[in-house]
Amino acid sequence: MVVLLNGKVHARAGALLSLLFMGLGQIYNRQFVKGLLYALLELYVLIFWSKPFAEAMHGLITLGDKVQQRSARGTIIEQGDHSIILMITGIIFALLFLLFIAVYALNIRDAYKVGAMRDKGEKPRNFTASIAHAWEQGFAYILLTPSFVFALFTIVLPLIFGILIAFTNYSGPNHLPPKNLVDWVGFETFTSLIQFRAWSNTFLGVLTWTIIWAVLATFTTYFTGLFYALLLNHRVVKFKKFWRTLLILPWAVPGVISLLIFRNMFNGEFGPINQYLKMIGLQAIPWFSDPFWAKFAIVVVNIWFGFPYWMALMSGVLTNIDKELYEAAEIDGAGGFQRFRSITLPLILFSTAPLLIMSFAHNFNNFNMIYLFTSGGPANPSYSYAGSTDILISWIYKLTLEQNKFNMASVVSIFIFIVVAGFSIWNFRRTRAFKEEDMVA
Amino acid sequence: MQTSTRPGDKLAAWVIYLILIVTAIAVIYPLYWVVLGALNPGSSLFRTSILPTGLTLDHFRELFNETDYLIWYRNTLFVAVMNMILSTVLVVTAAYAFSQFRFPGRKQTLMAMLVLQMFPSFMGMIAIYILLLQINLLDNLWGLILVYAGGSIPFGAWLVKGYFDAQPRSLVEAAKIDGASNFTIFFRVMMPLSVPIVTFVAVNNFIGPWMDFIFARLVLRSSDKYTLAIGLFNMVTGRSNTDFTKFAAGALLVSIPIALLFLFLQRYIIEGLKAGANKG
Repeated sequence: MVVLLNGKVHARAGALLSLLFMGLGQIYNRQFVKGLLYALLELYVLIFWSKPFAEAMHGLITLGDKVQQRSARGTIIEQGDHSIILMITGIIFALLFLLFIAVYALNIRDAYKVGAMRDKGEKPRNFTASIAHAWEQGFAYILLTPSFVFALFTIVLPLIFGILIAFTNYSGPNHLPPKNLVDWVGFETFTSLIQFRAWSNTFLGVLTWTIIWAVLATFTTYFTGLFYALLLNHRVVKFKKFWRTLLILPWAVPGVISLLIFRNMFNGEFGPINQYLKMIGLQAIPWFSDPFWAKFAIVVVNIWFGFPYWMALMSGVLTNIDKELYEAAEIDGAGGFQRFRSITLPLILFSTAPLLIMSFAHNFNNFNMIYLFTSGGPANPSYSYAGSTDILISWIYKLTLEQNKFNMASVVSIFIFIVVAGFSIWNFRRTRAFKEEDMVA
Repeated sequence: MQTSTRPGDKLAAWVIYLILIVTAIAVIYPLYWVVLGALNPGSSLFRTSILPTGLTLDHFRELFNETDYLIWYRNTLFVAVMNMILSTVLVVTAAYAFSQFRFPGRKQTLMAMLVLQMFPSFMGMIAIYILLLQINLLDNLWGLILVYAGGSIPFGAWLVKGYFDAQPRSLVEAAKIDGASNFTIFFRVMMPLSVPIVTFVAVNNFIGPWMDFIFARLVLRSSDKYTLAIGLFNMVTGRSNTDFTKFAAGALLVSIPIALLFLFLQRYIIEGLKAGANKG
């Protein structure tokens, strides 16, 4: 063989050939079976998938151009295009195309690496050795494939679709396939959320309550939990395990069930709570027909649900605090309150702060609490499709499943994402986990 | 230190026990009220007496005979078990790949999973609906299982990956030197070390379907396909008050096993949540 001046000749040639056509670089590297398989893959894709791909992209861009034809009596003469199915097909093809590009990149990388081995004078592997090598090196990919496919179709694809919807006019009653076509409208839906009073009123009203609710729900449960954790930790309490198990019950019972129980208990006419109020001579409270009392009930019921979680977590923290800290503080003459303020509280806050932010994000989107307990009611005449206790997420639910206002629901979802993502990223950067995480590929 | 009594302890004990007892009543009352509704004769919400006036199993009989309750129960159990198996396998394999291997695309995928978690889960509802419709899995329990299993991956994989990362690498290295294959290392070294976190993931995914309302409502359309959450919701929101005692009986039969399971495994659940907090 010729002694090469530049030690990377085979590597570069292989990579370049594989860039031109899949598998060429491998064949150049004398890995014939592998190269042939790669080449066959590209041929297969080119021959059988070019046309469907072009059609899918056309569909994604136009969202269909044949409107459904109906006769005077309303029977369908010609089916027409279904914009939404075209859109989803388009996204699937776009994702598959990206996947193909990834395989293509791997093919180039492989040709480069094998070429580099040859440059160093090593012999390229034969096919069986390649398979064995791929099995060891590619084990991660093999493990990841099922999860990847699942996540692609149940999370990524639906999310991309959900975001794209915001830029269309997909909404009832005039733009619902298969009867009508849907079109791209750019930022029109975003501007109408701000410009039209009916929308902006609802959005601001619901948003305000969502924030108030999330803050109240997080802090009431947090401090109630803290209170009971401290109480149970007190040295005079006997049978600690019994009490803890008892107080953890609201967390153990399925939330859907207990929310429906509360829905009945707070029933204005028949519910036991109003019955008891009447028995002791007070007026019945209109729990579900007055906005203030409905909100009040939601927050109180949420304490019932939420405090055991914090209590359990904080009890764990409390039992792990080094007893010597307290003894040292006592010798230094610190009183009970002082010990609490400078030892117990900081330690608890330190270990639960990240959870506090996650809990805020959770409450911000606590659909079950609102929808199962009040269903968003009482009705609010000045809102579009939302009740007085609706939070953003339950409003979106109603917009989507009850009103077919898909595009508006999507715009509000994007807003929620920005808020939640903002919090999560802020939280994430603060926690050690991120700094410790070895993110180097 | 613990046994020494101090001045003021007696008063403190009185106050604390008083608070605890009042709280215990507040915690238990709603649950007691359901037990009462399920076992007491008569069928109204209206009840002034706190003690039962009699015992009857009529409401359970009505529940079994007049509604699809047993079918809903079987459906939910099926979805829960299948989701538990599928999700745990997916989550653990993905987490193991992320924890033990360094491969191109790893960092990007990890970041993508973090971001994916932050979208409201039903932003994808319409797409999921249409996809399931296209592949004929709408109103089908398997459709729901696939949706649940897919959704459990990002959070679960991050959580379990964090746990795997914390295990001593020397064990894996030693096994590798001994010539163990990836499979052996996974099953013989990693799995035995990870029982707590795997239990947490499994339990979480088992309990999930008993609680979920949104996706079950989206995917399941006919009464014989309902899970318990949907069935019971329709029972109390539909024709309202007359059905309450049937609902109570049904609620009891769900809550008891789930609550027992939870209490029995609470150590794992609390540990798992703490781990989740530290890893984002």
